[in-house]
Amino acid sequence: MLSSLIMAFIVGGLICVIGQLLMDIGKLTPAHTLTILVVAGAILDGFNLYEPLIDFAGAGATIPITSFGNSLTHGAIAEAEKHGWIGVLTGMFEVTSSGISAAILFGMIGALIFHSKGQHP
Amino acid sequence: MDQGVIYFPSKPAIIASGVVAGPVEKKSVFAKDFDKFYDDERAEEDSNEKGHQTMAEQACQIALQKAKIKQNDVDFLMSGDLVNQMTPSNFAAATLQIPYIGLFSACATAVSSVIIASLLTELGGSRYALAGAGSQHNSVERQFRYPVEYGGQKPGTAQWTVTAAGYVLIAKGQMNSPVVEAATVGKVIDLQQTDPFHMGAAMAPAACDTITRHLKGRGQKLSDYDLIMTGDLGKIGLPILKEMLIKEGMAKQDVQKIRDAGAEYYGDDESFLAGASGAGCSASVFFSYILKQLNEKKMERVLAIATGALLSPLTVQQNESIPCTAHAVEISMK
Repeated sequence: MLSSLIMAFIVGGLICVIGQLLMDIGKLTPAHTLTILVVAGAILDGFNLYEPLIDFAGAGATIPITSFGNSLTHGAIAEAEKHGWIGVLTGMFEVTSSGISAAILFGMIGALIFHSKGQHP
Repeated sequence: MDQGVIYFPSKPAIIASGVVAGPVEKKSVFAKDFDKFYDDERAEEDSNEKGHQTMAEQACQIALQKAKIKQNDVDFLMSGDLVNQMTPSNFAAATLQIPYIGLFSACATAVSSVIIASLLTELGGSRYALAGAGSQHNSVERQFRYPVEYGGQKPGTAQWTVTAAGYVLIAKGQMNSPVVEAATVGKVIDLQQTDPFHMGAAMAPAACDTITRHLKGRGQKLSDYDLIMTGDLGKIGLPILKEMLIKEGMAKQDVQKIRDAGAEYYGDDESFLAGASGAGCSASVFFSYILKQLNEKKMERVLAIATGALLSPLTVQQNESIPCTAHAVEISMK
């Protein structure tokens, strides 16, 4: 239990360090950084490398945004196996649809309930 | 005569000023010289931009009340801000019903508006003219970087956009008021700096050029001034400016006395990163602290240099560099 928590913390933290370095040293915008991490997750899964990382680090690999890229590839490959090439298009959002729907739904609820405040350091 | 240096023989007088600021600015080291604070950065309006507009109107009204001048007697309003198409200034001008020209020199607008208002007064075309600028944190952050709700990170070289508006009322030579003696219009200088979170460094060369030209054009030295203050170079830009001026051959002990409103604005509080910036930064400090020092005769001659980075979000996305400018005004009190 404790060792899996520690591994999740280290691996998840390292993924975030990569993101922070992209912004601080690479001078990339947050949007660029996010996109790069998603694409990296998708490519890693294409080489069957992301699943072993999840087995190893658990939430440390599933919580960061790289996991979203992993899910995109996962869904595309799974559907492609069932339905051929068209499955690449239909499968991509099959696994990820819950995440996307949740983002839209909670985004809407947040926008309805809250009024943004200013920054007060 | 040196390039861009103007002398005002009729000595247009700054007879009153109005400075209003937002809630965060209560922490400013200059806060005790401001006229009014809002507890809400939107000034109790529906939107940030409306609050921005209200602050500009209020600052103008306060200046008029202090001088006991009616809106109808003011011939010109020179104003600008950092929001797209300068709607806060434009809309404030619609409320105030004073003939108006919008000016954009980014964060240097406080001084460029004073220069134009002084010229109109010098030419005899203006009995009273209002001049100033403002900025509002949330609307300017959204305009140039990210909406504050997005919570984007900023590096330590970034600066904090001030929520404040400052306006002065300029009239034909009058006794017992600080007068605008001379001014220098800034060149636009581009040393290929491209980081929009590091503007102090980009603006320092423009400030250096304007100060050097002003002193040469007026036949002065740094030591002829009781105070030389730049607008918003911040804690990183100010040392760069000092280094450049020393390289220009200016006396080191005089250069060390140069101050920057942005670097001092929020004191040593590190949550404000490299200090304050925004059109409201120079406007609120120059038109409160500096004028007060002159009015109380604690200072006789001040050079106020407002610095501005002339970028747009589009030019940053297109990887263009950030051209900068600095406008200077020499104010004295007899």
